[in-house]
Amino acid sequence: MLFAAILPLGLFLFPLWRITLEAPQYPIPLAMNIHINDFSDVHPHDIKNINLMNHYVGMQYIPEAIPEFKIFPAGILITGFLGLLIAWKGNYKWFLGWFILMLVLSFAGMYDFYLWEHDYGHNLDPKAIMKFTNKDGTVMGFQPPLFGSRDILNFKAHSYPQLGALFLGLGITAGFVAYWVGKKNNKRVPS
Amino acid sequence: MKTILKSTVALLTILVAFSSCNNSEKSGSKSGALAGNVAEKVYVAPGEYDSHYAFLSGGYSGNITVYGLPSGRMFKEIPVFSQFPTSGYGYSEETKPMLNTSHGFIPWGDSHHPDISQTNGEIDGRFIFINENNTPRIAKIDLKTFETTEIIEVPNSAGNHSSSFVTENTEYVVAGTRFSVPIPQRDMPIKDYKGNFKGALSFISVAPETGNMAIKFQVLMPGFNYDLSHPGRGKSHGWFFFTTYNTEEASTLLEVNASQNDKDFIAAINWKKIEAYVNNGGGTMMPANYAHNLYDEDTHTATSTMKKEVRVVNPSEVPGAVYFLPTPKSPHGCDVDPTGEYIVGNGKLSANLTVHSFTKMLDAIEKEKFAGEAYGIPILNFEDVLAGSVEQPGLGPLHTEFDGKGNAYTTFFISSEVVKWKLGTWEVIDRKPTYYSVGHLTIPGGNSGKPQGKYMFAMNKITKDRYLPTGPEMEHSAQLYDISGDKMELLLDFPTHGEPHYAAAMRADLIMERSQKIYSLEENKHPYAAKSDADTKVVRKGNEVHIYMTTIRSHFSPDNIEGIKVGDKVYFHVTNLEQDFDVPHGFAVLGQNNSELLVMPGQTKSSVWEPTKVGVWPFYCTDFCSALHQEMQGYIRVSAANADTPLKWSMGEDIE
Repeated sequence: MLFAAILPLGLFLFPLWRITLEAPQYPIPLAMNIHINDFSDVHPHDIKNINLMNHYVGMQYIPEAIPEFKIFPAGILITGFLGLLIAWKGNYKWFLGWFILMLVLSFAGMYDFYLWEHDYGHNLDPKAIMKFTNKDGTVMGFQPPLFGSRDILNFKAHSYPQLGALFLGLGITAGFVAYWVGKKNNKRVPS
Repeated sequence: MKTILKSTVALLTILVAFSSCNNSEKSGSKSGALAGNVAEKVYVAPGEYDSHYAFLSGGYSGNITVYGLPSGRMFKEIPVFSQFPTSGYGYSEETKPMLNTSHGFIPWGDSHHPDISQTNGEIDGRFIFINENNTPRIAKIDLKTFETTEIIEVPNSAGNHSSSFVTENTEYVVAGTRFSVPIPQRDMPIKDYKGNFKGALSFISVAPETGNMAIKFQVLMPGFNYDLSHPGRGKSHGWFFFTTYNTEEASTLLEVNASQNDKDFIAAINWKKIEAYVNNGGGTMMPANYAHNLYDEDTHTATSTMKKEVRVVNPSEVPGAVYFLPTPKSPHGCDVDPTGEYIVGNGKLSANLTVHSFTKMLDAIEKEKFAGEAYGIPILNFEDVLAGSVEQPGLGPLHTEFDGKGNAYTTFFISSEVVKWKLGTWEVIDRKPTYYSVGHLTIPGGNSGKPQGKYMFAMNKITKDRYLPTGPEMEHSAQLYDISGDKMELLLDFPTHGEPHYAAAMRADLIMERSQKIYSLEENKHPYAAKSDADTKVVRKGNEVHIYMTTIRSHFSPDNIEGIKVGDKVYFHVTNLEQDFDVPHGFAVLGQNNSELLVMPGQTKSSVWEPTKVGVWPFYCTDFCSALHQEMQGYIRVSAANADTPLKWSMGEDIE
C-alpha cells in the first residue's frame, strides 16, 4: 500500500499526457505535454506554434494556466497523504476505499479533460479566418481525441498517456493489489 | 611526288593520333561502365541529404554559394562582400556597416578563396573565411547561421589574392597582396616602382572562442606579386608559403615584362619566429586607417570601427624568418601536401611541376647554402630544395589538391584537364579532361592534414556548350569526379554562380548538427525590437520617425499608420515574432529606394524610407509566409510637409 500511495507522486516529475500534431510541413511534429500542473513544449516553442496554427480556425489560445493546475496537484497530494495514512493505520478494507476513490477521481479528471478539450475544439471564434462544416452542415470541431489518433484537416492528432499516467495507473493498481493481498492474508489468518 | 609522300605521312600521323585518342576515350568509358552506374552515384533521392557541403566563392558576385555533393544542388547564396537585395544585406540599417571601408561604403566585392577553420590540422566546420580581392578585406562566415559576421579591411595591401588560408589550429588567417604598392600610400611616379613598392603579407589572428579577427602583424616584403599561399602543416606547421611572380618588378605590360625571369620564388615565412619577435615588442606600429566590421547576433546589428594603426615587420629585422625558394616560371598555386613535407609550386608557364621538400629546405638553411639574396632575404639553391618534379604533365599548371592517400591532383588551364600523380615517385597516374579551362579544384578537406578524398570537383572558367544556351553571358561550370578508385571518374556537370575561384568542402555531419533553426526572440537585444504586439509604437524625433513593428502569421502590427510627412526619414524596425523553423516574413513599401527586408524568426531588421509623395502607400509581406499571406499588408499615410496630421497607429481597429 505504501507503493500505491507514493507512485502517483511521479506525476510531479513526469508528464501525464501528450498531444502530438503531425502534418507534412512539420517533419518534426508539434507536440504538447500535459503535466499535473502545467502545459509544456515538447520541442521549443511548440505551444506557440500550435496556437498560431489554431488561430486560423478560430480556436482559443492554450492558456498559460487553468484552475485544474491547482486542483489536481492538491488532489494528488491529499490522496497521497490519505494513502500513506491508510498504509500506516488502515486495513485492507480501507485499501479498497482508497482504490475506488482514486478510480473515481481519475475518471473525473479524464471527464474534466474531455470537457476542456471539447470546449477548446468547439468553442470557436465567430470571426475565425477559415470556417469548416461537416457533411451534415454543422460547424466542424477540432477537438483532439481523448485517447488515440484522429485526422483533423491536414493534421493527424495523437493523444496518449505519458510516464506520469503510468505512475498513477501503477499506484492505483498497487492499491487494488494491496487490498487483494490484504484480503487473502486476512482470510488465511482469521483475527 | 615528295609532297604526296609528305601529305600521306601527315595524314597517317593525324589518323594515328585520332585513333589513339578514340582508344583512350573508349577505355575511359568502359572503365566508367564497369565501375557502375554513374547516375546512381550522384542521385540523391527526394528528401535525402547530400553527404558533403561545398562552399564555392562567387568571384565577382562577391558572395559564397553553398552546394551539396554529390548532387550538385545549390542550397543558398551567402551574401558577403556585395549588397544582396534578396535578404536586405547591405541595405538594412543593421548590415550597412558590414560593407564600410576606409574608402567609404562599397557595395560590391570580388571573393576568391574560402577556407574552413581547423583544429589540430582537421577542418572543424565552425567558420569559413574568404578574401575580397579588389578592396582588400577578409570576411568570416559563421556556419551556425550561414551568415557573414565579421569583415576586416587589410591596409597596405592591394589585390588581396594570396588569401584567406588558415593555419592548422586557426591561429591565423593569412592575407597576402597580389599587387605591391607604395607603403604608406603616397603620390609618386609609377615608373619608380622598382625598389620602392612593397608587398604586405598580413597575419590576422583569430580568437579561439569567438573567432574575432585582429591584424597581428604585416610582413613588408619586396615589391613582387604574391599570388597564392598555403600554410605548413604537421612537420612544417609554423611556416607559411607564398608563390611570387613579377620578381622583375615591372609596372607595365606584365604579361611580357613579368615573364622574363627563368625562376621566380616561393617565399617561406617562419611565422612562429615573427610571432615571437612581435610578442617581445618587435616591429613598428605604423599609422593606418582600416575598417573592422563586427556583427552582433544578439542585437542583430553590425558596427564598424576604424582602426588607426597596424604593426609592420621588416623581414631583415628578424634573421632566419624569411627565405626564397627559386621556382620556375611565375608559379601560381602554392600547395602543401597533408604531411607538410611537399610544397608544390605550380609554375604556370613551366612545362614541369616543381615540388620542394620542407626537410631539404631546413637542411639547406641550417647549412647556410645560399645562392644569393634579394633585398636582404636569403635565396636558397633550386637544386638544394627540390624534392622532384612531375615531367611534362600538361600545359599551364595552376592548382594542386591531395587525397590523403599519397596522390596529388593538379589542374591544367591550357590543356583543360586534371592530372593525378603520385607524391614521391612523381609519376602521372591518370588524366581526365575538364570542360573547359579549369582554374581551381577542390577535394573536401582540401587545405588540411586530413583530406576526405572521395570526391574532387573542378571549377572551370569557360562554359561554352555544356548547357542549354543562355545568350552571350552564362554561368560558369563545375565538374564532379569520383576519386575513390585508381582512375578518376567524371560524374556530373553543374552550373555555378558568379565566377567560383576556390571552394572549401567538407563532410556534412559536423555542420548539420550545429546549424541553427531560428533566432531566440527572448535573446533579441536589438534596441528597436518590439517583442510582442504590446511593444509596437511609432516615435517621432524631429523629422525621424521610428516604427517599432512586429510580424506574425499573418499580420503586421501596426498596419495602419498616419502622421508621416513628406521629408521625413521613416525607419521601419521589423521584428519577426515567429519562433518556428522556416517562417520568415518580408517587408516592402511602395516607392522605397531600398531593397526589401527578409526577417528570420526572432530577428529584427530596419529599413529606411524617405517618402517623396503625398498619399496612402501600401506595404506588404514579400515572403509567402502562410495561407493568409496575401492578407498580410498595411497602409501608411503620408501628408504634406506642412500638414498637421497627428501621429497615429493601430492594428485590428480603424484609426479614429
